[in-house]
Amino acid sequence: MAANPDEVASQKPTLREKYDNYIGGEWVAPVDGGYFEDTSPIDGSVLAKISQSNEKDVDLAVKAAWKAAESWNKSSATERSNILLKIADRIEENLDMLAAIETWGNGKPIRESSLVDLPLAVDHFRYFGGAIRSESGECSDLDSTRVTMEVHEPLGVVGQIIPWNFPILMAVWKLAPALAAGNCVVLKPAEQTPISIHALIEVIADLLPPGTVNIINGFGPEAGKPIATHPDIKKVAFTGETTTGRLIMQYASENLIPVTLELGGKSPNVFFDSVMAEDDAFLDKAIEGFVMFAVNQGEVCTCPSRALIQENIYDEFMKRCLKRTEAIVMGDPLEMTTMMGAQASNDQYEKILNYIDVGKQEGAEVLTGGEKFDNPVHPDGYYVKPTIFKGNNKMRIFQEEIFGPVVGVTTFKDEAEALAIANDTLYGLGAGVWTRDIHQMQSIARGIEAGRIWCNCFHDYPAHASFGGYKKSGIGRETHKMMLNHYRHTKNIIVSYDKNKLGFF
Amino acid sequence: MAVERVSITLKARQVVDKLRAKHGELIFHQSGGCCDGSAPMCFQKDEFLIGSRDVCLGEIHGCPFYMASDQFEYYKNMHISIDVSKGCGSSFSLEIPLGLRFMTISRIFTDEEIKHVHPVEFRQAI
Repeated sequence: MAANPDEVASQKPTLREKYDNYIGGEWVAPVDGGYFEDTSPIDGSVLAKISQSNEKDVDLAVKAAWKAAESWNKSSATERSNILLKIADRIEENLDMLAAIETWGNGKPIRESSLVDLPLAVDHFRYFGGAIRSESGECSDLDSTRVTMEVHEPLGVVGQIIPWNFPILMAVWKLAPALAAGNCVVLKPAEQTPISIHALIEVIADLLPPGTVNIINGFGPEAGKPIATHPDIKKVAFTGETTTGRLIMQYASENLIPVTLELGGKSPNVFFDSVMAEDDAFLDKAIEGFVMFAVNQGEVCTCPSRALIQENIYDEFMKRCLKRTEAIVMGDPLEMTTMMGAQASNDQYEKILNYIDVGKQEGAEVLTGGEKFDNPVHPDGYYVKPTIFKGNNKMRIFQEEIFGPVVGVTTFKDEAEALAIANDTLYGLGAGVWTRDIHQMQSIARGIEAGRIWCNCFHDYPAHASFGGYKKSGIGRETHKMMLNHYRHTKNIIVSYDKNKLGFF
Repeated sequence: MAVERVSITLKARQVVDKLRAKHGELIFHQSGGCCDGSAPMCFQKDEFLIGSRDVCLGEIHGCPFYMASDQFEYYKNMHISIDVSKGCGSSFSLEIPLGLRFMTISRIFTDEEIKHVHPVEFRQAI
């Protein structure tokens, strides 16, 4: 990612006073009339009022979605593809505005929302628009008089519950394949960050047949549960944490519907000694790879929150990683030069500080950071200094997702120990392998139990590369055309063109 | 006397009282994973299916407190106190509509405490 300070304007976006639900192509006030305030983590200021929905609003949205499904479920791949491509163009035309709203809503630095989140969202719509034009079902001759067809059909109406760390991008990861597969959607944004999804809908509303996408704002127990339990919702997609993931599966068992879950990780970032064999561009890249724990303030499911460094390079490599970490610029997230912004909410901020305290109690050594950051530009926002702990893999800070800019560093002797530490975790979402030895790269990549292994890179999220978890990190694979099959049935049709009976009866 | 593994602050008790008045009996389950994970979730009793491999760490203000047994491996030597703060989680925990969020504050047991710490129980014998 190359940040260009002149590329994006950092003006405060114009927001509406309140954001209602988006149902059947209309902005609809919540049935019971409740609203809550959405605040910006950048400075604690109130951004807008948000509808506080419940099961009555979800019912309306599900009805609107099924009405739209009558035609959308049967629409051609060409029609859907063309709409997805137009959506991508429209987002691109409004990229700066949407990026600014994303930053105000979530706290992330504008250089990430404008150079990463939004361009990736655009590309995801284009990818799934392309995927459904290029794929086909299967057809096989069983014998000279029978043919079997595998035909894809949409599930109908699906529910999606979106996290707050990448409010637009995570919504798009789920929306693009669901729409591409021919489903209508009832989507609930996270209550911390609902506005940017509405801003996105505003710019694409005229492209979507009314009711294909419905947005319900509100809190998990009031608005999330009615989506997850609704008998007319045919699949639920959720990104979040393990207890709610279990609850979503439990609710799905009531209706016997499928779920996809992405539940986080504790991703190891493994640095072998060959990275320091030369002082060159690759070593520079590996050091940046270490500092990737600070991307999005560490609020990434695949945050490289455990760094495993071969012991014979530890001192020199860490010296350079520390220097690079301490060069992280904090300040106004709206400035293109700011590298790390605000944590997304007060409770998130306090949780991170609590974990920093746990790390200190456990005897981990703070190499840098280890405290809040008093931001002179926004004294009322939620800022934490990038923090490096030296410790061991049995500590809680190495085992639990902190979801902040905190990395635990430990050392290993050889490949066997690197793998043992990397896999000593309840999770298996992402991992990084850094080496100049291609044999080592492949064997370690195969040895780590995780759904996404980055080799000599990290935090790369292209469409066309599957993303999902092993172990407790979840079920299903996003950002790849295989996600289409999580959003549709396979219908098998067997045709006999033999005019003669079997002869049994 | 056995040393408790989990306790609750006065402020959090008051929130439990408020939630119990509205929802009836409650339980807590410590979550793991991303976003709002690594935090306690408060549910109506019987809303969340306690797993046969979940352990009960004790009871706080009349609410049993559970955790997955594999996660508990990393909490064995810690006392946790459930507190509450201003916040807005996106999970299904019942306090969220109040603009509040329960949180887990941890402290390592002293050598003396660890000798007398309360044993944990599985929901059912396995």
